[in-house]
Amino acid sequence: MKFTLSWLKDHLDTKDSLDDIVEALTMIGLEVEEVDDRSKFKPFTIAKVLTAEQHPDADKLRVLSVDNGSGTSVQVVCGAPNARAGLIGAFAGPGTYVPGIDVTLGTSSIRGVESFGMMCSERELDLSDEHDGIIDLSEDVLANAPVGSSFAAYAGLDDPMIEIAVTPNRPDCLGVYGIARDLAAAGLGTLKDGSIAAVAGNGECPVTVALEFGDTESLCPAFGLRLVSGIKNGPSPSWLQRRLKAIGLRPINALVDITNYITFDRGRPLHVFDADKVSGNLVVRRGKDGEDILALDGKTYQVNPEICVIADDNGLESLAGVMGGDASGCSETTTNVLIESALWEPLNIARTGRDLGVNSDARFRFERGVDPAMMLPGLELATQMVLELCGGDASKVSVSGTVPEPHKTIDFPYSEITRLTGLDVPHDRANSILESLGFPVSGSGDVVQVSVPGWRPDVDGKADIVEEVMRIVGVNEIAHRPIERGAHVQGPILTVRQTRERRARRALASRGMMEAVTWSFLPKDQAEAFGGGQPELALANPISSDLSDMRPSLMPNLLSALQRNGDRGINDLALFEVGQIFTGDQPTDQKTGATGVRRGAVQITHEGRDWRGVARGVDAFDAKADAFGVLAELGVPVNNLQVVAEAPSWYHPGRSGRIQLGPKQIFGTFGELHPAILKQFDVDGPVVGFEIILENLPKPRNKTSRTKPALDLPELLPVSRDFAFVVSADVTADKVLKAARSADKKLIQSVSLFDVYEGERMEPGQKSLAIEVTLQPRDKTLTDDEISAVSSAIVASVEKATGGQLRG
Amino acid sequence: MSDLDTLKQSVLSDIAAAVDEAKLEAVRIASLGKKGSISEAMKSLGKMDVEERKIMGPALNALKNEVTDAIAARKSILENEALEQRLATERIDITLPVPAGPAERGRIHPVSQVVDEITAIFADMGFAIAEGPDIETDYYNFTALNFPEGHPAREMHDTFFFNPKEDGERLLLRTHTSPVQIHTMKAQEPPIRVVIPGRTYRCDSDQTHTPMFHQIEGLVVDKTSTVGTMKWVLAEFCKAFFEVPEVDMRFRPSFFPFTEPSLEVDIRCDRSGDNVKIGQGDDWLEILGCGMLHPNVLKSGGLAPDEYQGFAWGMGIDRIAMLKYGMPDLRAFFDADARWIEHYGFRPLDLPTLFGGLSRV
Repeated sequence: MKFTLSWLKDHLDTKDSLDDIVEALTMIGLEVEEVDDRSKFKPFTIAKVLTAEQHPDADKLRVLSVDNGSGTSVQVVCGAPNARAGLIGAFAGPGTYVPGIDVTLGTSSIRGVESFGMMCSERELDLSDEHDGIIDLSEDVLANAPVGSSFAAYAGLDDPMIEIAVTPNRPDCLGVYGIARDLAAAGLGTLKDGSIAAVAGNGECPVTVALEFGDTESLCPAFGLRLVSGIKNGPSPSWLQRRLKAIGLRPINALVDITNYITFDRGRPLHVFDADKVSGNLVVRRGKDGEDILALDGKTYQVNPEICVIADDNGLESLAGVMGGDASGCSETTTNVLIESALWEPLNIARTGRDLGVNSDARFRFERGVDPAMMLPGLELATQMVLELCGGDASKVSVSGTVPEPHKTIDFPYSEITRLTGLDVPHDRANSILESLGFPVSGSGDVVQVSVPGWRPDVDGKADIVEEVMRIVGVNEIAHRPIERGAHVQGPILTVRQTRERRARRALASRGMMEAVTWSFLPKDQAEAFGGGQPELALANPISSDLSDMRPSLMPNLLSALQRNGDRGINDLALFEVGQIFTGDQPTDQKTGATGVRRGAVQITHEGRDWRGVARGVDAFDAKADAFGVLAELGVPVNNLQVVAEAPSWYHPGRSGRIQLGPKQIFGTFGELHPAILKQFDVDGPVVGFEIILENLPKPRNKTSRTKPALDLPELLPVSRDFAFVVSADVTADKVLKAARSADKKLIQSVSLFDVYEGERMEPGQKSLAIEVTLQPRDKTLTDDEISAVSSAIVASVEKATGGQLRG
Repeated sequence: MSDLDTLKQSVLSDIAAAVDEAKLEAVRIASLGKKGSISEAMKSLGKMDVEERKIMGPALNALKNEVTDAIAARKSILENEALEQRLATERIDITLPVPAGPAERGRIHPVSQVVDEITAIFADMGFAIAEGPDIETDYYNFTALNFPEGHPAREMHDTFFFNPKEDGERLLLRTHTSPVQIHTMKAQEPPIRVVIPGRTYRCDSDQTHTPMFHQIEGLVVDKTSTVGTMKWVLAEFCKAFFEVPEVDMRFRPSFFPFTEPSLEVDIRCDRSGDNVKIGQGDDWLEILGCGMLHPNVLKSGGLAPDEYQGFAWGMGIDRIAMLKYGMPDLRAFFDADARWIEHYGFRPLDLPTLFGGLSRV
């Protein structure tokens, strides 16, 4: 909402400075977004051309001697055809920024003659497109604006423009009068009388208005109409044009400008019909399917029964409350005008505007709510202005429907102010604030009745009244009050899942991976490739087809990220994300994934090539290590986990696995990504990755004690023995380790695998697995016989379990 | 005696002349070995008479001790020399680079870090963390929060919708974290103090808007909290978060459907340089919206508005991260550009705590 200071002062008698007004506006809730103090016009002065001589070297130029009030005449070279001795215009000296041509003037020599400034055209001053000549004022101007005085002051260009952001609850401040009321309540002057005298009309309005909604809900509570005949339309006066231009509106003609002016002055939208283009009477009704209307914005709109229209015998003449029709619009030749002031259903206006894509000043106000009590005064004000600016005779007003009376009254305990804000406001102060805002207060005692004016449709409860008092008293007056801290040490506040999310992030980052935060949505084909793409997870109005479906997994976005980074030359990269994934549209279908990918040479120990060894590309075991690393960090007993070769389809079928405690307790997957998937994402492989679902992990046991088990330190030295077994190539390492461990559970402390050999020294289809078994004697040192007995048991156990043989 | 002197001089000079441990060992064998010169002399003691033995015995023992000590001393010198020599040949180029370790390479995204910072601050003030689903119903996202059907405020949210179900219900992506206010009020009894970080969505995309962003919501419900309490909580938060001793804040009346009265909060800052400086300067920057819970919102949460009261606020996590750490472009947050993450991200061990400071100095 834009307005100028002088416009505000039409309604507000104030001596406060622009700065004070601007500050007050923001602090009472009318946030100032921009102030244009119009200082760009300050350097321009009224000046008189004393002499105008022909330029010695240019036919079209003249050399002027200009009196700019400085005492000595100034030489100016000028090319305007109307430059002549005696002309009074606007002068700009060297150093002046000329807004219309975006140039800062210097002293120049034009064809050998020096020029110390410029006489300006309207275009150069950014006042209009007029550039046929320089500004040419009449001699009488000098009486009020002598040579040397401010051109801006003379032309009314020194009127500061203020733009405020009006929140949706304050339609009253979509008119300058409402803004003045708020400022007056805040103590910045006195609100002037805004009452509007009725114009006595002659004769009935010849056009009747029927509100025809049949048995459907009425979309028009009331409609006022009046004819003004015998008018002369034309450009509106310059003061009116200046105000409209100052707030960014284009002056059109007096009739249209008057409706726009009242829209912004009083927040009361109006419409004018050229009465000679209206055929028969007007009907306000729902639109019919198949009807359309060419509106004033030059576009044709299809209507339907959800849209309210005004029609005559010719068809549709207006999109009610939103935009008038082109056919009956007013032009310079209009001599008889019908002025409309009506009330519309806010929700219907909002929907019509939204459905048709029309943003008009009328829609903006009607959908937020206009004051019903201003319907007729608005019509009277428009009539007055038409009579004043265009002449003519006004008919009586015809009113269809009924203007609703304001009826909202709120029982207001003064104690609510303190209860909600902490402010202690005396009752009489609260009363005077409310009265000055137009809320009459009646009754006495601790609870009073506060009536809500028609221009405040947003106010309907005690809390709203508190807000009115609070914003006028000033939020700055409210003292800070510490929140109660409780007489105890703050305990932990995070849930198990929240803690796990945080630990997973730090664990993965400490494995050298970088955390990405990617969109929650992705292209449908990518969702489908990872088990998603269900219809209930597809957005109805995606911002683009690349962001159309909710992600079923974090992996696809990480692969896309690898691809983008690859395009930037970053090929060795480890990324992870911890975040939400969607398996359905219900709250419990939202899970938390912890997923990472590695591409190129990014081992946990180092990244890229290293002078101490040949860089190794990542393999599935790097991803397995990441997965187990996170699981261990999250308190999962990793030694008990099973790894089975049953990973989802987006992994390489032979180089991937599933991590589980059993077939019903699946924690995650890992492996090399399937080459076909990498092709879909346009990433060169290999890429390895893992996925863990935090919700699937076992809940930690609720321990009452934090005491750790006693440390068991045997006194005797452990003994280690190595064994190598030749087994069939399809025997898993797991089997060998488990068999060895089971040979003597008491004595065997640990079994580790230290070599896998599948080279040329082996028979085809065979491999060698070498393990180290550590024995921990407890009571006495082991004898050679005891050690060899355990060794034989280990060999027997492994051979039996695997069908292999101890390697000779 | 002169024979002994001669022997002593001879052996000691041999010891001094031994250039390595092997030569020294040869000298030891030649003197103190079974058939060594000193051992032979010791053997001759038995053939001496008592008087002579009384003199020669101690003399020979002294000689043996002296030679033993000299050999040990020489041995120590030779060992040191050998070590010196070996060390002189063992040289590495200490300027060869070492790879950065994993904890040095890894990064935490600024959004996660800032959520941890916010959590640390509000935990101190007695707040817990609440969360809710990203896919919401129209009821929780709008109706329960006092957004009237068809109201322009609803339109301002640029909502992402899913396709209507058979029963006509249309789910949506939450446009703010405020639905969790209702979930929380329904799930627990007052007093309530929670902060609610999470992803939010609006179908809007330009220089300063992304279709997904992060918000943190705060909710306090009890029987005593006022605008004064809210001002204190938010002012303390801003000081702690931006790690400055004072923050000048401006609370402006504003409008949100779910709070009444509603306020917007600006902080004083200096925007003259490349980065915004908080706590100084002449500009105001809007950082959050807040207000007292609207009676209808308390009712939606199952609470009586005349008995309970409280306040809520909402603030952009990405935005305050940008303000504190100077990222110029919101869109880069979600691009996963490794160069950006490395530059603006945080080390895994940079755990924000109040006792150790939220961020590195």
